[in-house]
Amino acid sequence: MLIMPEIGILLVSHVREIGDGVLRLLKEVAGDVTIKAAAGTEDNGVGTSFDRINEAVTSFEEPRIWAFYDLGSAKMNLDLVSETTDKNLEIQNVSFVEGAYVAAAMLQANASEDSIHSELKPLKIK
Amino acid sequence: MVDKIKKWLELFAAQLHEQKTYLSELDSAIGDGDHGNNMARGADFLLKSLDQSGDTSAVFKNAAMALLSKVGGASGPLYGSALLALSKKAGETDDRSEWIAAGAEAIAHRGKSEAGDKTMLDVWLPVQKALADGSLTHEKIDAFVAETKSLKAKKGRASYLGDRSVGHIDPGAQSSGYLFHAFLEAGADHA
Repeated sequence: MLIMPEIGILLVSHVREIGDGVLRLLKEVAGDVTIKAAAGTEDNGVGTSFDRINEAVTSFEEPRIWAFYDLGSAKMNLDLVSETTDKNLEIQNVSFVEGAYVAAAMLQANASEDSIHSELKPLKIK
Repeated sequence: MVDKIKKWLELFAAQLHEQKTYLSELDSAIGDGDHGNNMARGADFLLKSLDQSGDTSAVFKNAAMALLSKVGGASGPLYGSALLALSKKAGETDDRSEWIAAGAEAIAHRGKSEAGDKTMLDVWLPVQKALADGSLTHEKIDAFVAETKSLKAKKGRASYLGDRSVGHIDPGAQSSGYLFHAFLEAGADHA
């Protein structure tokens, strides 16, 4: 039996469809990992919303959340949420699609955290 | 005191509406062209937030949450963080230059920016200084905004343009200019 990973994945994008699309891609390789998207503004315009990200973060049952984002202002909102939430939110500064994909696939395979981080390292963007 | 603060934010919201097209024009030149629309949408919710009762700290906090939730681009978290800092500082002191200093610090922290990067900070920092020595005027605010023209952008989308960002006013600096014009107009610059 598969052990449920204790880390969930949050995808933050400026465009709702990008968030949904990446989520769909990740689900292909990580059916048992909780993956949520907080993408677009509340009226589904282009941008990110503090409220939307905060709600998504709060809704995770996992004790830890790895957040992946597409652009700098998404990171600003994520930083704000991480400063105000009680949840353990870890912002991953890696390429959005590939970084999230690698993490999801490896979480699904119950890979060790160290090995996931070493795979993510070359994908770091800053 | 809280009336002056509400008046300040009301006047700011009105300016954002009036200058919506101009702000987007500035942003089209060096950014993604959404600053006017984003800020105008934020202004609507900012106005609504003023209906809630509370002291000065609460007014700033409600305004911050409105901008955070409704302004999709970078200006949402940047203005939101600044107003949250003002909210906190207003609970400690009436000294306006300390409020603005706290706001500027929050913007720098959130945007990882510093003086001269051609951002809103290039208005907040000199405004803070002028406020501290009692010399802030409308003319000075305009001059601080205009001075961002000669700077090369180091942050945000404008930074991708490199030297081509020179010669344009930074849209965030311009909207911050409106914020501080409203500040003086409302008499919010003194207790």
